[in-house]
Amino acid sequence: MSYVSLSEKEKKEMMATLGINSLDDLFCCLPAEVQLKRRLEIPAALTEPELVSSFEKIGRKNAAPGMLSFLGAGAYPHVIPHVVDYLSSRGEFVSPYTPYQPEASQGTLQVIFEYQTLICQLTDMDISNASLYDGASAAAEAMLMAHRVSGKSKVLIARTVHPQYKEVIRTYIKNLGLRAEEVAFTESGRLDPEDLTRKIDTETATVLCQSPNFMGVIEDLDKIGAIVHNSQALFVVAVAEPASLGLLKPPGACGADIVTGEGQSFGIPLSFGGPTLGFMACRKDFLRQFPGRIASQTKDVDGNRGFVLTLSTREQHIRREKATSNICTNQAWCALRATIFLETLGPAGLCELAIQNVHKANYAMVKLSGLKGVRKKFSGPVFNEFVCEFDGGWERVDEHLKSKGILGGLRLAPLYPELKDCALLCVTEVHTREEIDHLVGFVAEVLR
Amino acid sequence: MYPTDFFYSKDHEWVKIEGDEAIIGITDFAQKQLGDVVYVELPPVGTELDVHQTIGVVESVKAVSDIYSPVAGRVIAVNENLNDSPEMLNSDPHGKGWIIRLKIKDKADTEKLMTATDYEKFLEGIEP
Amino acid sequence: MIREPLIFEISARGKRAFVLPKLDVPEDKDLLKGLPLRDEIRGFPEVSEVEVVRHFTRLSQTNYCVDTTFYPLGSCTMKYSPKVNEKVAAMESFLFSHPYAPEELVQGNLEILKTTEDMLGEITGMDAFTLQPSAGAQGELVGMMIIRAFLEKRGDARQVVLIPDSAHGTNPSSAHICGYRVEEIKSNEKGTIDLASLDRAMTERVAALMITNPNTLGIFESDILKIAEIVHARGGLLYMDGANLNALVGRFRPGDMGVDVIHLNLHKTFSTPHGGGGPGAGPVGVKKELAAHLPIPVIVKSEQGYALNFDLPLSVGRVRSFFGNFLVIVKALAYVLSLGPEGLKEVADVAVLNANYIRKSLENVYHLKYTTSTLHECVFSDKFQKEHGVQNIDIAKRLIDFGVHPPTMSFPLIVPGALMIEPTETESKRDLDTFIEAMKKIAREAAEMPAVVKTAPHTSYVRRLDETTAARNPILRWEGKIKE
Repeated sequence: MSYVSLSEKEKKEMMATLGINSLDDLFCCLPAEVQLKRRLEIPAALTEPELVSSFEKIGRKNAAPGMLSFLGAGAYPHVIPHVVDYLSSRGEFVSPYTPYQPEASQGTLQVIFEYQTLICQLTDMDISNASLYDGASAAAEAMLMAHRVSGKSKVLIARTVHPQYKEVIRTYIKNLGLRAEEVAFTESGRLDPEDLTRKIDTETATVLCQSPNFMGVIEDLDKIGAIVHNSQALFVVAVAEPASLGLLKPPGACGADIVTGEGQSFGIPLSFGGPTLGFMACRKDFLRQFPGRIASQTKDVDGNRGFVLTLSTREQHIRREKATSNICTNQAWCALRATIFLETLGPAGLCELAIQNVHKANYAMVKLSGLKGVRKKFSGPVFNEFVCEFDGGWERVDEHLKSKGILGGLRLAPLYPELKDCALLCVTEVHTREEIDHLVGFVAEVLR
Repeated sequence: MYPTDFFYSKDHEWVKIEGDEAIIGITDFAQKQLGDVVYVELPPVGTELDVHQTIGVVESVKAVSDIYSPVAGRVIAVNENLNDSPEMLNSDPHGKGWIIRLKIKDKADTEKLMTATDYEKFLEGIEP
Repeated sequence: MIREPLIFEISARGKRAFVLPKLDVPEDKDLLKGLPLRDEIRGFPEVSEVEVVRHFTRLSQTNYCVDTTFYPLGSCTMKYSPKVNEKVAAMESFLFSHPYAPEELVQGNLEILKTTEDMLGEITGMDAFTLQPSAGAQGELVGMMIIRAFLEKRGDARQVVLIPDSAHGTNPSSAHICGYRVEEIKSNEKGTIDLASLDRAMTERVAALMITNPNTLGIFESDILKIAEIVHARGGLLYMDGANLNALVGRFRPGDMGVDVIHLNLHKTFSTPHGGGGPGAGPVGVKKELAAHLPIPVIVKSEQGYALNFDLPLSVGRVRSFFGNFLVIVKALAYVLSLGPEGLKEVADVAVLNANYIRKSLENVYHLKYTTSTLHECVFSDKFQKEHGVQNIDIAKRLIDFGVHPPTMSFPLIVPGALMIEPTETESKRDLDTFIEAMKKIAREAAEMPAVVKTAPHTSYVRRLDETTAARNPILRWEGKIKE
C-alpha cells in the first residue's frame, strides 16, 4: 500500500519545476559511500485485508484478553461508556498535534482546560498540567520538582508505592545527585509512621506515598501529611487507582503539596500497559516549577473567550537546558478520553463506581479469606485490591485457575520477598458476583 | 533617549549610582527585544552579587532572558511592584521599571561600563 | 457563530449520561464507615449523554487537523495516519491485554514488540532497540542515560554534551536531566555543523555530540563521516535525534554513518496519529556495544517463544511503566508492514520532492537564510515581510484564514522569524499548490495591505488570542458554581 497522493505525471511536472531528471538528484548532497545500495530486508508490502488478517493471527496468540482476570496492580479494568470511543475517534481529535496555534486548535485547548479543572476538582488541588506520560514517570517528575522547589536532595518513598514507580524514580534521579530511601509498612499494610519519623530529617526534600497503595490498602494521609509538614518536606501523594477519588478523601484535603498519578482508569483500556496518561496537580505556589504543558483561559481581540497554552517559558522549547522538564509531546488524546469519561460519569456515576469497587473487592476478600488455607494479609481498609496469603504458595493456585481460564492475581514474591506466599487480587465494578464466586470456588478446589 | 547619568552594560542593563548605592534595570532596547514582559524573577533581599552574576530572569510570552548584575554588591531592595505589574518594564524601563537596589562593594566596577553615548553607539552596531 | 460553553456551564443537578448495573453483592453500609470519605466533588459536571456528544463534537469542529487540512508543521512530520492501523490497534486481543498477564498468554504482544524492534533495526542500521520511551523527549533521555552508563562502565565519566545551535529544545533539556552540562556548537554559513568549532570543542570532557540529521533546517550534515570520526577519535559517542528520519528512510541508514545511539518518533516517520499532542512513542536504537545498557525488560526470543528478561545488571533501569505505548507501536508496525521496502523508500523520495517543490515555488517570495540544498523541509523567514512590519506570526495566523495549519515558528533559533515548512509525502500536488498560492497571496498582502495580515485570523472560531494576559494572569481552571 502507498499513501502517496501524486500521480506519475504530477511527479514529472514537479521534477521539471525543480530541473531534475531523477529523484536520486534530490539526494545528491549526501555522501554516496553511506547510501543503502540494497532493498531494506523487511517483508513485502501487505494490502489492507492481508494486514488485518495478519494482525488477527498474531492477536490469536494472546490468550489472556479472553480470560476472566483479577489482575490490577496499576492497570485496572473498568467500564468505558461507548461515547468515549465514539467521540475520541473523531479525526479532529486524533489527527492534529500540540495546539501551538491556538486559533486553529480551540477544541483541543478547551478539552485540556476542562481536563485541568476536573483533575483539580478530583484531587482538591489548585492547578493541574495537561498530562504526563504515565503514573510512573509522573511520580519521577514530582520528585524532580520537589527537589527544585526545596533545593534538597533526599527523597523518602513508601515501600508500598508501585514497584515500577520506584524503579522509574531511581532511573530518573540517579544522575542528578538525589538519593532515595524507603519507608517500611506495618501489619496493617500502611506506611509505618515511626519509620517515617525516624528517617525524615532537614535534608528531606519530599515524602512520596501512594493511596490506595500497591497492596490495595488506603493510607491515613492526614497522619502522614502532618509528619511530613512537621519537618518542612513536601508531601507528594501518588494515586495509581484514581477511581478511588470518586469516594475517598482527596490528597489535597490531607495536606498534599503535589498529587500525581495514573489516569488509565478513566476511560482508557488496559492496552498492555500503554498508552495511558500520567496526571499531576499541585499548589499554585509551585506554578513556576511545574513540568509539562498548561492551558489558560484568555480572550481574543473581539473579547470572546478562548484558550491558549501558557507559561511556556518553563518549557524546553524556550528555556532549553534550564527547563522544568524535557517533556514535549505528552498524552493529550488519553487526557481527552479521561475528560469524556469523567464528564459522562459525573459525580454520581464516579461515586457509585467507587462504592461498587469497595463492595465487590471486600466481598471477594471476605469470601477468599474465609477459605481454609487462605488469609487476608493486611488489616488496613482496602479499595479494590487486596493481598491474600495462600498455604503452599500462590503458584499452584494460579496454575489451577489458569487451567480454568482465570487470571487470578499477581504473585508478590518477586516484588516483595517478604510476601512469599501472597498474591494481589483486583476486583472492580466489571466483575459480577457470579465471576467472583467462580474464582473463590476454584481456589477452594486447590486448597481442599 | 538613554539617560546620561546612567552606566550601561553590553548585556543591556543600566546602573544609576546614588551615593554608595546602585539602582539596576534593563534598557529600553532590551525591553523592546523581549516584547511584552509577563514575569520578573527577583532575588531575595540580602543576596550578595558579584559582577556579571545572575540577578534574576525576565520573561515574555515566547522568550526568557537572564539579567546580570553589572556591579558587585548586596541587594538592599527589589522592586516588588514588578510582581503584579511586570508591564512596567515595558512602559518605563529606565524609571518605574527598576529591578533592584544594591549596596555597592566597589565603585570602580562602573569604570568598565558604557556611558549613554557609548551605549547608543554600541546599539548602532547591533541594530539592523 | 455558536460558542461552545464549558461543560461546567451547562451542567445541572441530577442529570446523568451513564448508569452502572445495580450492585450485585450485598450492600454493607459499615464498609464505608471505616474509610476516609470525601465531600461531594465540588463543581463536577452533571450532563446528559446528548449534551456530552454535542459538546465534544462541536469542540472537535474548531480544530484544524490532518484529516481536514494541509498541516505543514515543520519537524513534526504531520503525515496522514492510515485508518486501517487504528482498526488493527483496536482489536480486542491487544486492547484488553493486561500488562501483568503471564508471558505465555501474551505471546502475540511480545511478538509484535520484538518484530518491531527488529524492523526498526533494519531500517536504521542499529543493532538493538528499546520501545519503552513514551515520546521523543523520553527517548532522548534514555539515549543520554545509555551513553552515560556506557562511559561510566568504561571508567570514563564525562561531563559535557555538545549540541548544535540549530537543535530542538528537547535536546539540551534531555542532556541536562541526565546530569550533563550542555555546550553549544555554532552552525556555519551553510547551516551545518562547523567542523573547526567541533574540533575545538570535542575534548576528553565530552561524552557525546547530539545531532539531528537532516538538521532542523532540513539540511543534511554532509560531513557526517568526518563528524563521527572526530567524535569517536576523542572517545565520545554520536547521538542522533531521529525526528527527521522521514527524509532518509529506505535510502540512508544512520547506523551506516557512525551513529551510536538514535531515537525515533513513531508519530512522525511511522505515521501514528499525533492525538492533539500525544501519545507518541520514542524508541531508542543502539550499536551492539551499548546494548547491555538498554532499559529493562528486554524481549528475547527462543525456541519456547518470547520472554521478558529483567536480569540486566548494566541496564539504565526502567523509564516508565510496562512496555511503553504499546498500541502506538502496533500502529507503527502495521504501517511498516503495509508499505514494505519499496513503499518506505517512496516515503523519503516524495517527502523530499514535495518539500523542494514548495521551496522552489516560494524561494523568491520569502527569504531563505540558508541556501544549501534541503531534504524534507525548508525554513523561510519573514525578513522581506518585516520591511512592511509583518512578522512570521502574522503570516502564520493569516494562513489559518486560508484553511491551512501554520508552519513551525518557535525554532530553529538561528533563523529569526522562522517559517519551517514540512509537507510530508502524503500531500497531493493540488494541496501543495493551494498552499503555495496562499503563501504568495499573503506576501502580496504584506506589501500592499499589511493590516489585513497583522490582524489575522479573521474567519476562525476565535480571532487572535491574548497570550500576554494569559501569561501574566493565568486562569488555569474553571472556578464558577454549578447551577442548581
